[in-house]
Amino acid sequence: MVDWFKRKKKGILGEKKNDIPEGLWIKCPKCSEILYKKAIEQNFWSCPKCRYHFRIPAFDYIKLLFDEYEEFNAGYRSSDPLNFSASKKYIAQLKIAHKKTGLNDAIVTVKGKINGHQLTAAVMDFGFIGGSMGSVVGEKISKAVDVARANKTPLLIVSSSGGARMMEGILSLMQMAKTSAKLAQFSEEGGLYISLMTDPTTGGTTASYAMLGDINIAESGALVGFAGARVIKQTIGEDLPDGFQRAEFLLEKGFVDRVTERSEMKEELTRILEFFA
Amino acid sequence: MAERILDFEKPIAKLEHKIEEMKELSHSSDIDLTKEIEKLQNKLNSQIEKIHSNLTTWQRVQLARHPRRPYFLDYIKEITSDFIELHGDRHFADDKAIIAGLATIGGEKVVLIGQQKGRNTKENLFRNFGMPNPEGYRKALRIMKLAEKFNKPVITFIDTPGAYPGLGAEERGQAEAIARNLFEMARLRVPMINVVIGEGASGGALGIGVGDIILVLENTWYSVISPEGCASILYRDSSKAPQAAEAMRVTAQSVRDLNIADEVLPEPNGGAHRSPAETAQIVKSAIVKYLKKLKKLPKDELLRQRLEKYSKMGAWEDIAK
Ligand SMILES: [Zn+2]
Repeated sequence: MVDWFKRKKKGILGEKKNDIPEGLWIKCPKCSEILYKKAIEQNFWSCPKCRYHFRIPAFDYIKLLFDEYEEFNAGYRSSDPLNFSASKKYIAQLKIAHKKTGLNDAIVTVKGKINGHQLTAAVMDFGFIGGSMGSVVGEKISKAVDVARANKTPLLIVSSSGGARMMEGILSLMQMAKTSAKLAQFSEEGGLYISLMTDPTTGGTTASYAMLGDINIAESGALVGFAGARVIKQTIGEDLPDGFQRAEFLLEKGFVDRVTERSEMKEELTRILEFFA
Repeated sequence: MAERILDFEKPIAKLEHKIEEMKELSHSSDIDLTKEIEKLQNKLNSQIEKIHSNLTTWQRVQLARHPRRPYFLDYIKEITSDFIELHGDRHFADDKAIIAGLATIGGEKVVLIGQQKGRNTKENLFRNFGMPNPEGYRKALRIMKLAEKFNKPVITFIDTPGAYPGLGAEERGQAEAIARNLFEMARLRVPMINVVIGEGASGGALGIGVGDIILVLENTWYSVISPEGCASILYRDSSKAPQAAEAMRVTAQSVRDLNIADEVLPEPNGGAHRSPAETAQIVKSAIVKYLKKLKKLPKDELLRQRLEKYSKMGAWEDIAK
């Protein structure tokens, strides 16, 4: 068989390069400008010079959008069903991720209000094991669908994810089917689902709930795709075009309704919610 | 065609070779070797049983990829006599990595959809090694909708090393095509049975793999990523695939133990590749058995049970409780 996987570079799990670093001053990864952290924060966590969007924790995103909110199912966490251990023990990785993010898994679910509109949301956190989707992410999204159904609110999912979580094997894979099935139920009952893809949204996350919005929005510049760029490059044996798998590429190819800057996101969501209210 | 023999199958092949030699000898001479041959045959059977009752996870992965393992088209030949293939997604192309069509199984009119690998380089290039592009998933969905319209059950055969990771596949929305299928399969108003006959690699497999009953042949694997892919990320070394396969618990029995598959279908002694026809009959009987059950359910109840089945999948705990 073709072996696409001979690579020694850091994978999703070790990736930290785009997380917001500690300290007062931050160098923009795109334009290299040295920026004052407060200035970035005030600018919706994006570079004031080149508009590069930093990856931010779930709660920061929630605070950008919601005027008031209440979290639910915060205590859900993985039970390590496979007793998984590869180069590291999964249970140890979960503990480290918890310590780093304060979360129990890679997603936060809330109900609340945006400019007076009720909204249920599930917001992913890339800082928790690369925003990977395992049983907890799948279950919390399913429960968020149920909360939206019960309260008759629209549903928003903010994705930032390297894909399905390997450490839960087939159970992770099936979360793609589970979340899609719940979204199908929601859709049949007339629920409005908005999918918001942020950097990065890849793999099984893209190939399930992220692509299933009644409205699909991608954050400007976000990486959105199915297969990893390195895998594709090795398969086809040539370089990939500029801007490949970026939000603007998906807009061009017809897979997202809109590409929006983070600073405009709340306003944009409000207008959409208003239309369907 | 060169027949590759897996390392752990070598003692079996050796005995088989010996038996062949004796048969030839007794044929070409007047020496009666019936007793000796019978003795060797018994030894062979117990050897096969011994090896196959103690297979490691990795050996099962190798069997799932065995070059002589029956593929979707082999099943079609064995369990139907009236297959009508339907081509194309009506938008872009006809993906040869996914075959779809109409057939009768055990007197039951059904729609069959499955991934197809090739047996040699030429066939593999034609079938893209069983790796579908978006139009393959869209063809599958089109035929599923046809089945729904005319109230015919859908049977899918899963055997893929993954969805194709190509430039065009991304441009044409591989992720969207798979996601759309998951969404639509969850609510398709006909009975749906999925059978894993070889490799069940990730979203590429699941893209035709949502249904009411999930059957897995004994020597197959089904997981979120290939063992090689997992190993290259977690160990930074794809040669650690056997360890990764073990850690991810990819075997059919594990998939059953984790409450994903409904039933493990036992393969004939020595594995499916040694008895393709017999294997096909085992698959056929299971399909017929489950179709009978599913057909009795009213459509709303069928869909309710399907949603409930997927809602339960996964393992988590709530520390707030
Ligand atoms: Zn910048």
